[in-house]
Amino acid sequence: MQAFAQLLESGRAGPCRPFPRAQVSAEQWTTLAEHLAAGDLVLMGLWGDAGAVHMALLDEASGRLAVATCASVGGAFPSVARHHPPAARLERTVRDLYGLVPEGAPDDRPWLDHGRWGVRHPLGANLPAEPEGDAYPFLAAEGEGLHQIPVGPVHAGIIEPGHFRFSCYGETVVRLEARLGYVHKGIEGLMAGADVAQAARLAGRQSGDSTVAYALAFCRAVEAARGVSVPARAHALRGVMAELERLANHLGDIGAICNDAAFALMLAHCGVLREKVLRVCARAFGHRLMMDGVIPGGVAGDLAREGVSSIRVLVSEVRAAFPALVELYDNTASLQDRTVGTGFTRPDYVRQFGAGGFVGRASGRPFDARRVLAYPPYDRLPFEVVVRTEGDVNARVWVRIREVEESLGLIVRLLDTLPAGPVATEVPPGPGEGLAVVEGFRGDVLAFVALEADGRVRRAHLRDPSWFQWPLLETAIEGNIVADFPLCNKSFNCSYSGVDL
Amino acid sequence: MDLMAHILVQGTQMLLVLALAPLLTGLVRKAKARLQRRRGASVLQPYRDLVRLLRKEVVLAQNASWLFRVVPYLVFAATWVAAALVPTFATGLIFSWTADLIAITALIGSARFFLALAGMDVGTSFGGLGSSREVMISSLAEPAMIMIVFALALVAHSTQLSTIASVMLAGVGLRVSLALALVALLMVAVAENGRIPVDNPSTHLELTMVHEAMVLEYSGRHLALIELAAQLKLLLFLSLVACVFVPWGLAPVGAGVPGMALGLVSYGGKLAVGALLVAVFETSIAKMRVFRVPDFLGAALMLGLLGTLLLFVSGIL
Repeated sequence: MQAFAQLLESGRAGPCRPFPRAQVSAEQWTTLAEHLAAGDLVLMGLWGDAGAVHMALLDEASGRLAVATCASVGGAFPSVARHHPPAARLERTVRDLYGLVPEGAPDDRPWLDHGRWGVRHPLGANLPAEPEGDAYPFLAAEGEGLHQIPVGPVHAGIIEPGHFRFSCYGETVVRLEARLGYVHKGIEGLMAGADVAQAARLAGRQSGDSTVAYALAFCRAVEAARGVSVPARAHALRGVMAELERLANHLGDIGAICNDAAFALMLAHCGVLREKVLRVCARAFGHRLMMDGVIPGGVAGDLAREGVSSIRVLVSEVRAAFPALVELYDNTASLQDRTVGTGFTRPDYVRQFGAGGFVGRASGRPFDARRVLAYPPYDRLPFEVVVRTEGDVNARVWVRIREVEESLGLIVRLLDTLPAGPVATEVPPGPGEGLAVVEGFRGDVLAFVALEADGRVRRAHLRDPSWFQWPLLETAIEGNIVADFPLCNKSFNCSYSGVDL
Repeated sequence: MDLMAHILVQGTQMLLVLALAPLLTGLVRKAKARLQRRRGASVLQPYRDLVRLLRKEVVLAQNASWLFRVVPYLVFAATWVAAALVPTFATGLIFSWTADLIAITALIGSARFFLALAGMDVGTSFGGLGSSREVMISSLAEPAMIMIVFALALVAHSTQLSTIASVMLAGVGLRVSLALALVALLMVAVAENGRIPVDNPSTHLELTMVHEAMVLEYSGRHLALIELAAQLKLLLFLSLVACVFVPWGLAPVGAGVPGMALGLVSYGGKLAVGALLVAVFETSIAKMRVFRVPDFLGAALMLGLLGTLLLFVSGIL
């Protein structure tokens, strides 16, 4: 761990705020990768830049986060995935977007680039694309009686596009491999050169269901880069918005998971509650999903007194209706039969991948960015980090149920102690570099921003929590039956848009 | 009655089941929606869907064989005939002698056989998946059905539905064996119609489908016929339960127009109650794991067998 201590030390003088960033040599880079493999550090993100690769590392025990930067030599950098598999897809993305080659990488297939962009390495050399076919070699599963089931990217229901390749033995899944990238929006290319206000709007659209978490992560990174301190009222309102977003999504998820077991009653009741939350959000913050509610320097609009009271009414309504639904979930034997024991996610995988959110916390990893990397307003609020150890669909439902209750408590507390004053402050344009980690409903969203001297974005990267959850879904379904996949998938509820960039 | 009247009544019965089947499905859907606090589509929506599908063009896979195109007609015809054989509002119709439980089971079995073949014909993975699941379910549902037939036949000394209904109407008292047969028949009906908890007819999840996966490649009038066949099948099983276990109101042999009218009204009432019960049951239960279905149908088979054995051992139970 000397390498990490060194990184922290040398990063202190570096440009990045509030977490240190430093240049490391190829040897140090590889040593850090080995520490990742040994489980001393958790990989929080890996992203490309002009002629360099950044890697965010977390020492979970001490809650210290740092970024290592390795300059590419001849368009290549030492592969981290070679030592630490969770980095594989991130490295493939770096290669697709920047053309930087991870040397010694175990997997050299493209990830986001399906050969249909018309260009190659759009953020790097921006070469014209070679005419390529769409033949993507899926990982093989060999044996007598094995057959493949291709599912997606066009599905029978209205969900995001993704392709799933099942290798099955009868009904039993032997291997699942996901292929994503169908909703690539080029969001990092769009952000480069944009002013921070525009970039914040883009950040809020990387994964629409987590728009508050994304915008918050981006804005916190910008504020850290410019050394701006946000008014106390803005912090509190951001907290209210983040918890309302968590509330709406968790309620929707709980119903949707039950619906995938054909128990539509829960979906109907949870759908009503979710709709109530969204309508109150629209009334209080002017948008159902609170898109563009968080802006650099604060929040877009103040919360009026009527808004406060409508949120309070909402909380009491949810508190009145929710326990009966929890009881319904817990007492429906046929539903429990489906969720208990299904889609077990191994705790060692969760630790290895550093999976956050309900996926990690349902398998015993007590990571919550609101607690481990505490940021306002959570640094002064008491709340419980809900952890279960069973790791199955049922545990992921229960983590959501308890988090709904925690969120309700947090919202009331934030409203009770809502400070007066302005809700935004000016962010003066200028250079800087910032990093922020924010807990969205899925897990920790990491944002990295580097600003030019004129205040425009030079490089922005937002890492979705699903980067480290999608691979675990593939492990969770192994040995389960094909028909249980929708249930497992919904209990993970990973973002497609968030990882497709 | 003369021959013309007989044919008229039989024709009414055939058209009646065809006309009522979409309404029944619409009623189940409406009741389910209301139970989920939704407004739900009109009970007439299945008719509109059928008309819409009939107007649409048929999209065929390039490698679809003649079988794929023929199967919808076969499935529809077999199911319609089977549904029309069950006494709905009157017994003693001109074709009553063909209304044999074994014949009905065989007709349904044939329809399913062809549908399973068609599911595999195009060679998509979902069709094959659906067919294999459907065959697994039916291989267990059919023996259970036969056991139920035996139990009923032992009571009525006939496998002919009209006779069974008459015997039941005459009164056989409360019998344990018949109760077992009823439960078994309900379980088989759930499985045969692909209802929750065995299958979910309204799912959008390809990987969990059974019946829907088999027919995923169908479109246009082909799909309309298959959907109508599925609706007829639901009607058939509800009519079967009504005819055997609640035969009251059925117009007896040689009944006049008033008797027939009473039969029609009581039949409508029974269907409505049946639809409501289906909706309540489906709302209160989650779908079971695919591999639990054999346990479920195994229980139906055992109940049917138990009913038959009881009748062998003791004529009065």
